[in-house]
Amino acid sequence: MKTQLVRIAHARGGDKGDTADLSLFAYDAETYAVLKQAVTAARVAAHFQGIASGSAERYEMDNLLALKFVLHQALDGGAARSLRSDGLGKSLAAGLLRMEIEVPDDLPIRHAEIL
Amino acid sequence: MKTVRIGAGLGFYGDAWAPIAASIERGGVQYIASDHLAELTLAILQKDRAREPHAGYAKDALPMLAQLWPLAARHGVKFILNAGGLNPRGARDALAELFRKKGWSARIAVVTGDDVLDRLDDWNAAGEGLAHRESGASLASVRERMVFANAYLGAAPIVRALEQGADIVLTGRVADAALFLAPLVHEFGWTLDAQTPEQWNRLAQGLTVGHLLECSGQGSGGNFGGLDWIDIPDLGHIGYPIAEVIETGDAIITKAPDTGGRISFDTVRQQLLYEVHDPRNYISPDVVLDMGSLQLDDLGSDRVRVTGALGKPRPRQLKIVGGYQDGWMGQATIGYSWPQAYAKAERTAQIVQQQMREQRMAFDDLRIEYLGYDSILGPLADPAQRDNLNARQARGRWFGPPVSMAGIVRATVRRRPFRHAAGDRIARHLAHAGCARTGRRWRAGRRDGGVK
Repeated sequence: MKTQLVRIAHARGGDKGDTADLSLFAYDAETYAVLKQAVTAARVAAHFQGIASGSAERYEMDNLLALKFVLHQALDGGAARSLRSDGLGKSLAAGLLRMEIEVPDDLPIRHAEIL
Repeated sequence: MKTVRIGAGLGFYGDAWAPIAASIERGGVQYIASDHLAELTLAILQKDRAREPHAGYAKDALPMLAQLWPLAARHGVKFILNAGGLNPRGARDALAELFRKKGWSARIAVVTGDDVLDRLDDWNAAGEGLAHRESGASLASVRERMVFANAYLGAAPIVRALEQGADIVLTGRVADAALFLAPLVHEFGWTLDAQTPEQWNRLAQGLTVGHLLECSGQGSGGNFGGLDWIDIPDLGHIGYPIAEVIETGDAIITKAPDTGGRISFDTVRQQLLYEVHDPRNYISPDVVLDMGSLQLDDLGSDRVRVTGALGKPRPRQLKIVGGYQDGWMGQATIGYSWPQAYAKAERTAQIVQQQMREQRMAFDDLRIEYLGYDSILGPLADPAQRDNLNARQARGRWFGPPVSMAGIVRATVRRRPFRHAAGDRIARHLAHAGCARTGRRWRAGRRDGGVK
């Protein structure tokens, strides 16, 4: 089945200059394995097309059940010169949680009822 | 076993200081470390300093200490703040004046040396080849327009201030986490010139503690990103994070009893990775942190144990954050009601651009955003919701008083190089376009870009 990441994960975004970093957290090891397989750096780069124009890297943090994405040329030049309402890119984490991925039918869905 | 307790102060310029009182009264802290600076904050402080040479520091430190110092003094709590910003001595003078007026006494130390604007050319002449960390652009491309350059210092000068008996340490640009690492180094007698894995690892633990506390309330649930945020209790009385650290560097992150917010595996791991790029090489001036084997144990009752940080030798060089004048920004925000709210907002954007063309208002960048539709999500916005701008949804259908379906268009332009008259003219035009319709709001001002 398909699900939006917001139902199975949480995320936070930060900025350094023109670089956005997004952390994606699974609630359990089973979901983490699914995220690791489905949410690749290439997939994230494609997801943010039109927002981030540079490359994307991914770091796997098994001890935290977390994936870290670093997006380059992602913040319209950086907070001090960006024309965007969200110059710091804080809401890009929410943007990541909008991504839809294919998951096993029996995966525990933390927020099945909400939204 | 000796335990050092450090409480988080502010997490950003303008943050609330009321929660710090709970950490002092009920949290048993010995130190409050307060982070007032972000990259953007330095640009803001530079504009203050350009208008008024005595300014350029984070002014919120004054009312904050005016309110908290009597309580802190009663409990023997020391303050370490980077509120000095671009002018630590100016901050010290203002704080000393405040204490004189109040009849209070305290030993105030100032950390300087981060301001390196006057040394850049010498370093480049000596072959350093300073360049932008992201774009690789040479310093020469912006050197003439540069207005500040500050190195991120480490914990050493703060440690020295504490050794000299300072009650309040005011710094300029130091690495955020160094504000927290310094009292640990001071209290436990750790060496900053680490040579062994044990020495690097405990610095890495100290850096981790600092990183977990530097955003203050953002790390105790305030900025938790996920659907659980709404369930975090009593954020109106949020408790700022407190670290209890022992000599090995092992730590527990917690907060004062009877405060809101949440310290849990989820909130702590979100803060842990916040604004970290490669988590196995988190570079600070004092140590390079590897988070790969870090362990977070949620002990319940808002207590999370942090162990297992690995440290590696500190880098040879420091990072510099710099700012240069980069033109003007003007912005207008205009609102429209139902019916056809989006269509009207879109038409307005066209009209404004047409008028700017006809009046030969040159600009470098222009951005049109529709608030409630694509201002946050950009291309990720759902076009199916375009005609439901700012409306509320319940029970599967859109409803609400018709005026709540408003199209709000925001136009922002940038003009460079820095030319006051040209930027001001564009800003005023946008403002008039906005005011003519609803008188919403406008702003115009010089923006300072950053290199680092």
